[in-house]
Amino acid sequence: MKEDRSNKYMNPYLAGFLIGLMLIAAYYFSGEGLGGSGALKKVAIAAVNTVAPEYTHEAAYFAPSVENGKSPLNSWLVFEVIGVILGALLSAAYYGRLSMKVGKSPKITNRTRLIAALAGGILWGVGSQLGRGCTSGLIMSGMAVNALSGYIGLAAVFGGGYLFAYFFRKLWI
Amino acid sequence: MGPLYPQGLISEPLNLLIALFIGIGFGIGLEAGGFTNTRKLAGVFYGYDFVVLKVFFTAALTGAIGLFLLDNYGLMDIELTFYPKTFWIPTTIAGIIMGLGFIIGGFCPGTSVCAAFTGKIDGIYFVIGAFIGILGYGFTYEPLFEKLRNSGGLGKANIAAELGISDELFIFIVTVFAVVAFIVANKIQQKVNSKNPVENIEELGL
Repeated sequence: MKEDRSNKYMNPYLAGFLIGLMLIAAYYFSGEGLGGSGALKKVAIAAVNTVAPEYTHEAAYFAPSVENGKSPLNSWLVFEVIGVILGALLSAAYYGRLSMKVGKSPKITNRTRLIAALAGGILWGVGSQLGRGCTSGLIMSGMAVNALSGYIGLAAVFGGGYLFAYFFRKLWI
Repeated sequence: MGPLYPQGLISEPLNLLIALFIGIGFGIGLEAGGFTNTRKLAGVFYGYDFVVLKVFFTAALTGAIGLFLLDNYGLMDIELTFYPKTFWIPTTIAGIIMGLGFIIGGFCPGTSVCAAFTGKIDGIYFVIGAFIGILGYGFTYEPLFEKLRNSGGLGKANIAAELGISDELFIFIVTVFAVVAFIVANKIQQKVNSKNPVENIEELGL
């Protein structure tokens, strides 16, 4: 019988080291940090640009990504996130974790978890745009070059998390 | 000398191909580290699983140590990279919004994409939410967010320079802090999980 690896994970320091090497490579080759929300932004802008190109060329949020006439999808962060998806699929296949399921605490219903996930996504969508990036682009990539913004983001995101953790503990413990 | 693409030393198609391979490494690290499992991510806030702390600080410090070594040996000029500008007011407000989003949603954007594409339905809902949030922000940017986003600008601020110490000393201090945090976190995790373990703790692969 095949060994069940679905609850096994890589040593966290090794996983962190691997991600750190990718971060060095990103800065060395491309002058970029690693990102997550930046690619979602480009996909959202490309979608709106397909439906309403006149609007995107006028509106202040959308215009910088479409004004050179190239597709917003033709960007470093979009290719990087396509890679992230491929890497996650490879790893999940190796560990036998490729199956449809809802990840949650056993104490809450699927419905509660999915509503919470949707709401959390909305907050991150707004926050990552206002804050110029998410955990990867703002905090981790910022910390790697000693940027003040990365450390402000670190304090605010984790400080905010610990501040609110007590009120939402029923979702998790 | 790096960074290569900003100085025109590699072509745009090669730069995008490199992005793809760097992404693959990043995605393997995230999935293998357990970042598609929302319970492992939320654990850092409740003390039952500190994987986020360990992976995240190891990655950021590996990056910082590597980049400043390259810079010191003249193999790369950090000044020529995408160096983030600091806008402390919107970053603080947005950070607290994202902290709340982390506690409620149990992911951040990068981890949610990995979760969604490896079959986690909660990850799919999170990604849909993120698109709703981004579009809502984009459509209301001018009346609601434009002024706030550009307030508190400090330019390309470096935290070591702000504190009046060298980059190397600052990274050394953060590294010592991280090692102490890892040891304390392991102690807290052991205590929480022996006294009052969460249900189905075997799913966390601790």
